[in-house]
Amino acid sequence: MSNTTEAVKERSMILQKEMLAKQFKELSMAKELGKKVVYTFVPGNLTELILSFDMLPVYPEINALQSGMRKKSHAYIREAEKIGFSEDVCTYVKCDIGMMLNGNIGPTGEKLPDPDLLLLSYTGCYTFMKWFENLERLYPGVPVAMLHTPYQEDGRIADEQVEYMVKQLKEEVIPKMEQVSGKKFDMDRLAKMMENSAKSEDLLVKVLQSAKRIPTPIDAYFAGVYYIGPIFTAFRGTEEAVEYYNELWNEVQDRIEAGLGPITPEGELAEERFRLVIEGPPNWTNFREFWKIFYDMGAVIVTSTYTKVGGTYDLGFRHDSSNPLESLSKYCMGCYTNLSLPQRVDLIEQYVKEYSADGFLINSIKSCNSFSAGQLMIMREIERRTGVPVGFIESDLVDPRYFSYANIKNRLESYFQMLDQRKIILSKQN
Amino acid sequence: MQNLENIINLCEEKAFDLHFSHAKKWKAEDASRVIVGYLPIYFPREIVHAANGMAVGIMGAGDRKQIIKGDAYYQSYICHLPRGVIEMALDDNLDDFDGFIFPAICDCIRNLSGMFRISKKGKFSRYFDYPQNFKRDIGGNFYLEELLKILDDIKAINNVKPSKEDLNRSIKLYNKNRRLIERLYDVRQEYPWRLSAVETYYILRAGLSITVEEHNKILEDVLEHIENNERGEQMDNIRVVVSGSFCEQPPIGLIKSIELAGCYIIDDDFMLGSRWIIGDVDEDTEHPVDALVRAYIERSTFSSAVYDVGNPKGKRLVDLVKRRDADGVIFSAASFCDPALLDRPELQKSCDNAGIPHINFQYHENTGQFKVIKEQAGTFSDSIKLWA
Repeated sequence: MSNTTEAVKERSMILQKEMLAKQFKELSMAKELGKKVVYTFVPGNLTELILSFDMLPVYPEINALQSGMRKKSHAYIREAEKIGFSEDVCTYVKCDIGMMLNGNIGPTGEKLPDPDLLLLSYTGCYTFMKWFENLERLYPGVPVAMLHTPYQEDGRIADEQVEYMVKQLKEEVIPKMEQVSGKKFDMDRLAKMMENSAKSEDLLVKVLQSAKRIPTPIDAYFAGVYYIGPIFTAFRGTEEAVEYYNELWNEVQDRIEAGLGPITPEGELAEERFRLVIEGPPNWTNFREFWKIFYDMGAVIVTSTYTKVGGTYDLGFRHDSSNPLESLSKYCMGCYTNLSLPQRVDLIEQYVKEYSADGFLINSIKSCNSFSAGQLMIMREIERRTGVPVGFIESDLVDPRYFSYANIKNRLESYFQMLDQRKIILSKQN
Repeated sequence: MQNLENIINLCEEKAFDLHFSHAKKWKAEDASRVIVGYLPIYFPREIVHAANGMAVGIMGAGDRKQIIKGDAYYQSYICHLPRGVIEMALDDNLDDFDGFIFPAICDCIRNLSGMFRISKKGKFSRYFDYPQNFKRDIGGNFYLEELLKILDDIKAINNVKPSKEDLNRSIKLYNKNRRLIERLYDVRQEYPWRLSAVETYYILRAGLSITVEEHNKILEDVLEHIENNERGEQMDNIRVVVSGSFCEQPPIGLIKSIELAGCYIIDDDFMLGSRWIIGDVDEDTEHPVDALVRAYIERSTFSSAVYDVGNPKGKRLVDLVKRRDADGVIFSAASFCDPALLDRPELQKSCDNAGIPHINFQYHENTGQFKVIKEQAGTFSDSIKLWA
């Protein structure tokens, strides 16, 4: 299915586009500008620390999803499979490796610079480790800094876990950053950035929690990943990010005052029929079509777990300028995929209740075990604890072979019929 | 000493007793005993042993149990092992286990630990996070805390706090166990026909559900039988290392098919956890738990579960092939096994660079058809015999 109409955009979306374009331009000129480049991941990212050394971050999974949205991922994945990667494994990895084998051309069509440092923030996803072992071989000689983030298996962050992470930061990560950047670590500068981070985090949480309103002024999943979240990872800690989130929050407030629903590429959602909580990453290869199925049904996602892989700020975490390294450690350990399965269930239950959701939906991703393993148990638990109908669809991150539009639409239509019936029954009971 | 056939039959029975009746019987003999189940790959069983417990390896249900409930807990694109384990947990197979350990090897095993917690299985269930930092004062300190947590968990059940002497004694027994297993592999390197790969598998896997003392006796007896006595008939087979089967176990039919196709499996990673530490752990020390920490940090074998930058596993696989004088490598990984499958291209590349022939295939623990695998392995064997 092709998208024939121009997507409707708000001011913040245009601002985001400009900021990202500028960043990719800067990346394409990194060598000329004398800037060092750090490849790293979104969950457990150390953006403030990287920026405090005046280095530029590159996020391979963002490149992969961009390739997916631009219909380039299938060819990249096939390239990786040609050199021996199995059909069974993470398609982000294969897409990223395929892109590198094809000249490492970034989303804007400009070549991404090779890394000067591979910063493996090993947070909440086992595959990250394998991914960077592979990148280390693609870029021989490039230093690798490993930051192992312990899992919250006891449902809390223990002191010894913080100590372990701080020690890694002090003795492994920061010395490598100093060596690569040629600059001394500046704790005050990092702390200053964290003040900005906390400001952005306050604003981001306001935006995300605006979806508790009925009707919600935002879609917290599709829009969450489309224009609410991305700026956060790459720009957190900067004044530009604070400005962006101020702009976005003003925009959301305007929508609230005007009683408007969320903006989507197809236009504004006029009638909010179903409020959903969703678990799992979206499909990127058919992102707009996927979103449109929900739009057509009057369904809006009021909160999502995927938008918390970069941090669970809505649970109260803020980067703390008075304890920068401890704070970075706690940030990493608090990312959604680093939460234990019981914590994930508790959080989703809380979301369903606090956001007055009509249903809970899982988009199970074929190649993402970090999310997918255990989701069927999550589904049962949420149904048992909240009584809302649960739905289950399957797709993939960036492999278009695993996105079946007809199957997904069919399943969602049945699910929405079920939600409709439940509403009728509940209204009769009341 | 029993004859070898009887020992092998006994080991087969113990290896595939999915009710772990031997371990449960052992526990029933003493009220302070505990049994702690652990999943692949490695877990330092010494600490459980020292605390009057038995660490029992749970390697999945294989092709020995029909999976019904387990399939309702896992999507089709997730490996088979966890669905067999949850099936066993929901049935009565794992009743009487006091605790469960889920070593950090992948996201599936990690999330399975949460499923056990939600299902309230065992008096404790713990995700056992291995450090990926290999400095004693960084990753080592973290690992020490992980080990102490397990000791606390067990003490809360049986009120046993092992002494230094208890721990040293347990370490000594497991050192002996590892040495005996390596001797077994050394004999098989010279005379692979004396003990088939399947028989070796039974003997090693049985060790996961009996006491280490009993297993050491079995290994000694087996060695007594095969070190100086001929058995079987030497065939014109090639010699291979099998790599990638360290977690979800291949069905016996698959191992048998490889050998019947003309390949002696002279090394493998089927029971990698039992062979994880290379050499001995310090067994006469004031700080035995620290000795286990140092052994993990400094002398772990190579594995897809261990961060390998600075110590690449491709090189270590090639070294193993050379040390075992193998003709080639068979990459045999469970479907949807991220660790093994994400490593495969790099390992293959290392083999290519070293001129080592290799083939690969994937399996499920309950795969029932081996014709294609046998043909593939047979062709591999023929090609090496004819042209290598």
